[in-house]
Formats: sequence, structure tokens, C-alpha cells
Amino acid sequence: MTTALTQTVGLTRPKTTRFNANPIIRIVLMLLALSAMSGLAIITLFIFKEGVPIIAKVGFRHFLFSSNWYPLEGEFGIFSMIMGSLAVTAGAMVVGMVFGLGCAILLTQFCPPRWVSIIKPAIELLAGIPSVVYGFIGVAILVPFIRDYLGGPGLSVLASSIVLGVMTLPTITSISVDALQAVPRTYGEGSIALGATEWQTTYMVILKAARSGIVAAVILGMGRAIGETMAVIMVAGNTLDVPHSILDPVRTLTSNIALEMGYAAGDHRKALFATGVTLFVIIMILNTIALTVSRRRSKGKVLAK
Amino acid sequence: MKYKIQTSSLNLHYGSFHALKDVFIRIRPRMITAIIGPSGCGKSTLLRCFNRMNERTAGVQIRGHILLDGQDISQTGNDLTQLRKRVGMVFQRPNPFPLSVFDNVAYGLRVHAMKKGAAVGKAVEAALRATDLWDAMKDNLHRSALELSAEQQQRLCISRLVAVEPEVLLMDEPCSALDPIATEHVEELMRVLAEKYTIIIVTHNMQQAARVSQETGFMLLGELVEFGQTERVFTNPADKRTEDYVTGRYG
Repeated sequence: MTTALTQTVGLTRPKTTRFNANPIIRIVLMLLALSAMSGLAIITLFIFKEGVPIIAKVGFRHFLFSSNWYPLEGEFGIFSMIMGSLAVTAGAMVVGMVFGLGCAILLTQFCPPRWVSIIKPAIELLAGIPSVVYGFIGVAILVPFIRDYLGGPGLSVLASSIVLGVMTLPTITSISVDALQAVPRTYGEGSIALGATEWQTTYMVILKAARSGIVAAVILGMGRAIGETMAVIMVAGNTLDVPHSILDPVRTLTSNIALEMGYAAGDHRKALFATGVTLFVIIMILNTIALTVSRRRSKGKVLAK
Repeated sequence: MKYKIQTSSLNLHYGSFHALKDVFIRIRPRMITAIIGPSGCGKSTLLRCFNRMNERTAGVQIRGHILLDGQDISQTGNDLTQLRKRVGMVFQRPNPFPLSVFDNVAYGLRVHAMKKGAAVGKAVEAALRATDLWDAMKDNLHRSALELSAEQQQRLCISRLVAVEPEVLLMDEPCSALDPIATEHVEELMRVLAEKYTIIIVTHNMQQAARVSQETGFMLLGELVEFGQTERVFTNPADKRTEDYVTGRYG
């Protein structure tokens, strides 16, 4: 009976007279995807169109390597801000990697799994705090602390690095935890069974296996740090000098745009777009470097003969 | 010392599950001992007692004694690294590290800080020669080990152990992920290695046990039912349950 029934159904399956929606859905999805991409293209085009001519006018080298930023006199040199952005980002990466990666390693290798399910979401909650709140806490607590105990004005590379580092923690920790958890257990077992300690296993095998994921985590964290504006404006001091120590105040590229866009006009406004172009290129370069490093094979040492 | 490894009244509980029941086994040096039995009989658990890998699992309780060269291995306290250097393990699925071939073999040497500089290269070559991988690998030492075939990966895992000069090799179904030809090659390799090392192999392939081992133990439900010369266990088992198993009546 059942067989007969299925056979009938099989035989009488109707030829699709129904309206076939597939091509239309495909086209709609394609358009959506293209519009997302064209958004990127339009933004890129726009900031380049606005920014590049002023770089040409000021002179490429002068623009990048002069620290004289006097918009009213037509002096546009952003070297100190490039250095500021790089210093603050590097500092944030040190803080973010030490704490974020450290936390991820602790959670995945040395903790009962139950801890991960509590601590990881807690760290991810950090991402929900508005950046102005980070800046506020920085100004209210961190800056006076640095001023009183370490010297300098307090508003500094160090303060910005710590604030930004904490802001990158959710990204770095959460993606690193995922990457470390994705490493097959057999790698660790093989290493332990060979007599390696837990720590040797972690840094010689597990971290290598998870490397591409960890690099991705750091890239994303770096993207957040270098692009962050509000918190940095509040704690960096925003002076126009190349920083000589981590206690010196700095202005970053993003802060420069945010601080001056409100009243800029003419060449000044264009120079701010040019600052954006520079930021864009720096981020591209950093991402490319990071991706290349992560893709490079682990190379063994040459066998000594 | 007549026996390389001896256990006496070895009991192991996973929580409330009694996984090993009063196991008494004596492993002779420099030969191949096979442990057979149906899935879940505790043979892998027994194997993992010998390098104290079970203790990594939460809720495991072990009572009884395991003697390696007459010394109780639970007396080694927390220095498991030395024990595991002496008692190496090959796993069911080949598990080379995601490093180059060279770094895989050099791994143990580095972990135990055994060799330096040029000596590392020599030791790696020797270890690869011991598993017949050298000719295939000498020009590919910097390739990722993950690109090798399953058989080569398993050989590499054995090389990795041989490099740290262990005394005992524990093999937990080392051929179950390999095709028949690769299996034959690995069995051949085991025979060669048995001239230097004490090998204990866990397998549920009875033919394999019969082919490679000199002594065989049959386990069932956590008990070591029978232990003796392989030929006798297979042709003239003393226990009815062994007979049923080796004649293929269940399992």
C-alpha cells in the first residue's frame, strides 16, 4: 500500500507549472550585494576626490612629513598626527593583545569550560559601552592617575592606549577564544603525550594552529583602535606635536578630522579629507601586512648537514 | 627486569562507571603486545593508564599499581613529562602538529631540550629514517605536515616519538584511519621498531593482533579476561568468552 502510494506520488509529480522565483531572488540579492559594495566604492571615491587634490597642491612629502599644521596660513602637514595615530594604535594593541590574548589563552587552555561560558559574554558586553563613556572614565580616573603618579599632563599616549586597549578587548578576546577553541583537541593531546607541559603545548602548538584566527582578531581590534575617535579626543590631549614619550599628549588623524570639521572651509576642509585619505591608506597597509603575515607558512629551520 | 610494565589490581572509575576491573597484566620488553576486545571494553583506557593520560579527564579515579621497570609510575608525582618521554603514544587518527615536517619531529627534542643546533638536524634525520620516511621527506622538510598522506602522517607521528628515544610505544588503533596497504606498511614498521622498543597496541582488528603481536590480552567489560602468547590465545583460548570473541561469535 505504502509503496504503491509513493510510486503514484513519484509518477504524478507535476511538472513545475508554478512561477519560478529563483531568477528574481537571485537578481534582488545580487543588487543588494552590489549596493553594499558600491557604498564602499562611493565613499572611497568621494574622500579621494575631495582629499587628493589638496595633497597634490601642498606637496605629497610636505603633507605627510611636515608637522606644521596651520590651516589659517595654508600650512597642512600631518606628520605629528600620523605619528600620534600609530603610537596610540600600537599602544592599544600592546594592551589589547596582552590582556585579550592572555584572557583567551587562560579561558580556553587552563579553565573549566563553564568559566568560558560566563566570562566570555561578560567581556563581550564591554563592546556595548558607548565610546564616550570610555572617554569619560579615562578623563575622570585614568588621566589624573597618570598625572599624579607618572608625571606629564596625564592626557597622553599612555592614557589613550589603555582606553583603546580596553575597547579592543571584546573583539580580540572573543575572536581569539573562538580560534583557540577551533583547534582540534588531538593536537594538544599529541603534544601532552609527548611529554610537553600545558604551557609548552599552548605556545608551541595551539597558538600556531590558531594563528590565522588570532591575527584576524588583532586586525579587527586594530581597526577599531585606529578608527576610534570620541574616546581618544577626550584623553589624548590633542596637541600638535610629535610625541617623544608615552606621557606626551598627541592628536590622532581621527581626532583632527572630528575636532576641526565643524568650522573648516575651503582648503582646510579639503585637508581634513586628505587626512581621511591618509587614514584610509594606513589602515589598508596595516591590514595587508597583517593578512600577509597570517598567510605565510610556518617555515622550519634548514636542516644542518 | 623481566617485565617492562606490570600492573596489579588496577581499577579505574569514570565517575560511577567502573571502567577497569582488577586488571593484572605483565608486558614483556621489546616485543609487541596486543590488547583486543570489543568497543568500550576499556582497552584504550588501559593503554592510557600507562602514560597517565587518563588523569587529564575530569572525574577519573585510579586505584592499584602500575610498575614501569619495577617503579610505580604514580610515584613520579607531577613529573609527567619524564614519564611521557619514556612512554610515547600514537593515536587513532594521525595527529601531526600544524607545523613543518621538520618541526614536528624536532618538537619533542625542543620540549625536552635534548639537542641543540646541528644535533637536532641529525636526530630528525635519524628519526625519519627509523620510520622509512627520510627518502620521501628529505626534500620536503619544510612542507606542512598536514599536506602528507594519512600513512605518512602516521609515520611522522611515530618519528616524532622515536626522536625522543622512548622505551615504550603505546599505539591506540594506529591503523584504523589507514587503508589496507598503508596498514600493512605500518605493521611492517612496528615489527622493525619492536627490536628496540616495547610496543603495546590496542586494536579491534583481530587479524592485526594475530599478525603483529607476540602476546595478546583480551578485554571485556573492563576485565582482562585472558592474556598469553598470541598463538595460544587465538587457537586455544582458556576462557569461553575469549573463544567466542576470536571465533567471531560476537563483538
